[in-house]
Amino acid sequence: MSDWIDIAPLENVPQRGARMIKTAFGCVAVFRTAEDEVFALDNACPHKAGPLAEGIVHGKSVTCPLHNWVISLETGEAQGADEGRVVSYPARVESGRILLDRAFLKARVAA
Amino acid sequence: MTQKLIVIGAGMATGRMLETLVEAEADYYITLINGEARGNYNRIMLSPVLSGDKTYNEIVTHDDEWYKLYKIKTRFGCFVQNIDRENQTVTTDTGEVLAYDKLVFGTGSNPFMIPLPGHDLEGVIAYRDLEDTQRMMDLGPAHKCVVIGGGLLGLEAAAGMAARGVDVTVVHIMGHLMERQLDEAAGYLLRKALVDKGITVKCTANSKEILGKDGHVKALLLDDGTELACDLLVMAVGIRPNVKLAQDAGLAVGKGIHVDDQMVTSDANVLAVGECVEHDGAIFGLVAPLYDQAKVAAQTLMGQQAQFVQKELSTKLKVTGCDLFSAGDFADGEGREDIVFRDPARGVYRRLVIENNVVKGAVMYGDTADSNWFFGLIRDKLDISDMRDTLIFGPAYQGGTPLDPLAAVAALPRDAEICGCNGICKGQIEDAIAAGATDLGAVRLTTKASGSCGTCTGLVEQVLAVTLGDEFVIPAVAAVCGCTAMTHEDVRRMIKSQRLISMPAVWQECGWKTSCGCHVCRPALNFYLLADWPLEYQDDPQSRFINERKHANIQKDGTFSVVPRMWGGITTPDELRAIADAADKYAVPTVKVTGGQRIDLLGVKGEDLPDIWADLNAAGMVSGHAYSKGLRTVKTCVGTDHCRFGTQDSTGLGIKLEKELWGSWTPHKLKLGVSGCPRNCAEATCKDIGVICVDSGYQVSIGGAAGMDVRETELMVQVATEEEAIEVIKAVTQLYRENAKYLDRIYKWMGKVGLDWIKERVETEGPALVERFELSQSIYRKDPWADHVQTKADRYRPLANLSLEAAE
Ligand SMILES: Cc1cc2nc3c(=O)[nH]c(=O)nc-3n(C[C@H](O)[C@H](O)[C@H](O)COP(=O)(O)OP(=O)(O)OC[C@H]3O[C@@H](n4cnc5c(N)ncnc54)[C@H](O)[C@@H]3O)c2cc1C
Ligand code: SF4
Ligand code: SF4
Ligand code: FES
Repeated sequence: MSDWIDIAPLENVPQRGARMIKTAFGCVAVFRTAEDEVFALDNACPHKAGPLAEGIVHGKSVTCPLHNWVISLETGEAQGADEGRVVSYPARVESGRILLDRAFLKARVAA
Repeated sequence: MTQKLIVIGAGMATGRMLETLVEAEADYYITLINGEARGNYNRIMLSPVLSGDKTYNEIVTHDDEWYKLYKIKTRFGCFVQNIDRENQTVTTDTGEVLAYDKLVFGTGSNPFMIPLPGHDLEGVIAYRDLEDTQRMMDLGPAHKCVVIGGGLLGLEAAAGMAARGVDVTVVHIMGHLMERQLDEAAGYLLRKALVDKGITVKCTANSKEILGKDGHVKALLLDDGTELACDLLVMAVGIRPNVKLAQDAGLAVGKGIHVDDQMVTSDANVLAVGECVEHDGAIFGLVAPLYDQAKVAAQTLMGQQAQFVQKELSTKLKVTGCDLFSAGDFADGEGREDIVFRDPARGVYRRLVIENNVVKGAVMYGDTADSNWFFGLIRDKLDISDMRDTLIFGPAYQGGTPLDPLAAVAALPRDAEICGCNGICKGQIEDAIAAGATDLGAVRLTTKASGSCGTCTGLVEQVLAVTLGDEFVIPAVAAVCGCTAMTHEDVRRMIKSQRLISMPAVWQECGWKTSCGCHVCRPALNFYLLADWPLEYQDDPQSRFINERKHANIQKDGTFSVVPRMWGGITTPDELRAIADAADKYAVPTVKVTGGQRIDLLGVKGEDLPDIWADLNAAGMVSGHAYSKGLRTVKTCVGTDHCRFGTQDSTGLGIKLEKELWGSWTPHKLKLGVSGCPRNCAEATCKDIGVICVDSGYQVSIGGAAGMDVRETELMVQVATEEEAIEVIKAVTQLYRENAKYLDRIYKWMGKVGLDWIKERVETEGPALVERFELSQSIYRKDPWADHVQTKADRYRPLANLSLEAAE
């Protein structure tokens, strides 16, 4: 069963933008698309750990600010010719609040 | 003995024939006679000339030099009046009589004018030659024009004028536009796209009479009584082969001049090519078959065996933002089936007509990337039963999974046609590449592929990419990015001409293929909109690279570097103390002096940015914009203040310039330098804009670089006073902002438009440019640090801190 934690109001993340959250085991980037969907990924690009939360969000992808790898927000997978994947976490919006799945956030501790 | 060849008409067909002849060094004395007061040019490119995408000079295919080089005698602005076949002479309207051994007709066709009452009024024109095009271009914004005819030509005329701000109405007699090439659904999408461009479209409208006043057109009256006011009326309703001269000379003529497979008329010494001919019952109105005819005619003249064969044709519309393609036969009929694909949101429509498992016709609107592939299926009559399920999705899906876009081109057979206008297939391009052509220009030169209407440029580049692999990078000029097929230049033109003031408007009107652009196009669009509409457009931080979004430079470990402004490179002990304090307080690991005479604090944590800025602001310093596509620094030497060689106050001028220009956004970073004498201690001659002070004033030069390319500036102007120097620099900066492609430094832009053009514009439009620069600066000359410290500091901190949560 999922155990959702309330992170913040949706409006605190700009449309087509991202914010970062701190956890004891590293940073997670929370993205908001133009359509108000939210996604959460580890804030470290599979290439050279670029901060994805600082990238440009387009469609359901984000472009890493360091060397322009394009990462799918849905799967965390690098697009195009690049190969690699970043861990992604279940995220959703309810009543204007962003929720993340606590169980998954904790699971990365084990991994 | 060398024979005499006379060619009547310098059109697209004869131009190609002449080329073939001179390349083969055929043994003829050639005389070329043309009714238009000019030689061969690319008639199909009149539409881009009309819309402002090209100039006439760019579409000339053969200039005086060329005729001279190949010793072709020319008579331009001169009509052939009659032909004496018995004595083998032609007589021109100037009374000249010229003898021939061989004669070639290339008289093209006459535009058809509906004989409505009033059709002879002044201001009623056809769309055929440069004069017609000029009339339309001269009309000017806020005037009204009616175009009769909703076919290829009428719509290009309408779109071209609309792009120039003319109020255009298209009147079409049929129920939908381009009914001969499109079905209703595609016609509907096309109509919508045109209406979005501000063009009024009236279908099922029958013209009754052209009304005039004082001998000049005033309005078009329709059957139903509607009166459409206009200052110009363009008729684009069809063409008739121009056969009068041939008829008078007693040649066999039907709809056109009769020719056999060798392009020879009923007289063995007379040939004909182009729109004036009739071959096997057919007449021609597109260039692809004319070029085939031209080659055959040239070979016949040289005594070689050749045969003209009619081929399947396809049509594209050269109107920016209306991507449409049609080929083959798509009428409904017994035994015919349809496969239709629609995506209303994207305005995409595809329809294939299939008979006995062979594609007979295709209509595509909105996304025509795969059109060549479908055209190949039609032309080669391939059996499609195996791929029927996924056929409509195009070549990328034949094989289960979507392939990389180049795979489709890689998979094309050698005889797949790439350039329709010139009939060049993939194999010919590959051969040219094997023979040493490594870029588009070289391929164009050796094969003519993409040299005519240019719509296949992208494909030719893809063939280059596939063939050369990593050695060929598809040039950036092609399209802005994968989201669009348009070039930066086209997009800029659309933004200005269509008054597009928001990013969604650009996406919609320019047919972006993605929902909201990507990291490549969004920053460019954001800049264009901001440069063109400083008052109306709202800057979009989400379309800026992180450096500009957070006003600091991101470094490889995700930390940032912070550079405060030091006007003209001057600082004070107090400022230095404040910088040193900030460096201590925020544990800045590296303090470095930059190449532009500023101090860089490297390694600041993202969340500390607002705090360090607040401290620097408190000490009187503002953002150095060291991260921006905008003014960075003005580097100076010490000038008359201290130096024994100084001729002027170079430091003072540098400070003034920096205070005037700071905060302005430009296509790429902008660096200036001011040196007090030609010893040039500020290295001003490798900056984007450099000033060298001399005894008699200030030399302003532009286009330097010291990055990936190293270049010396070129002198733009010398002025007597500081004020003039500042004005000139503002003017050239504004010109650069308004015209250059995003991410082109000044030297790159200058390479494209030429220093002379820049000089002339700055000279003639200086004050207006300065005024527009000031207007924009009234909004953007401000310190973003102070702004963010006050309103956005939150955004720099983590959204949440779950360090404790997860540890429980
Ligand atoms: C605006 C426009 C856009 C077009 N766009 C396309 C397109 O996108 N794709 C396409 O395939 N086709 C297009 N076409 C059609 C294409 O331009 C013609 O098919 C082609 O130009 C015909 O070539 P031609 O050599 O037969 O005749 P032309 O190019 O018309 O040349 C004939 C020349 O002969 C001269 N002439 C005639 N009589 C005499 C005489 N008695 N003495 C001396 N000179 C004479 C005329 O002045 C004229 O210059 C377009 C046409 C126009 C007008
Ligand atoms: S450029 Fe000339 S004026 Fe400036 S410091 Fe050098 S020598 Fe002196
Ligand atoms: S030259 Fe420029 S891009 Fe290269 S390492 Fe130095 S600062 Fe970075
Ligand atoms: S670290 Fe993300 S692209 Fe290199």
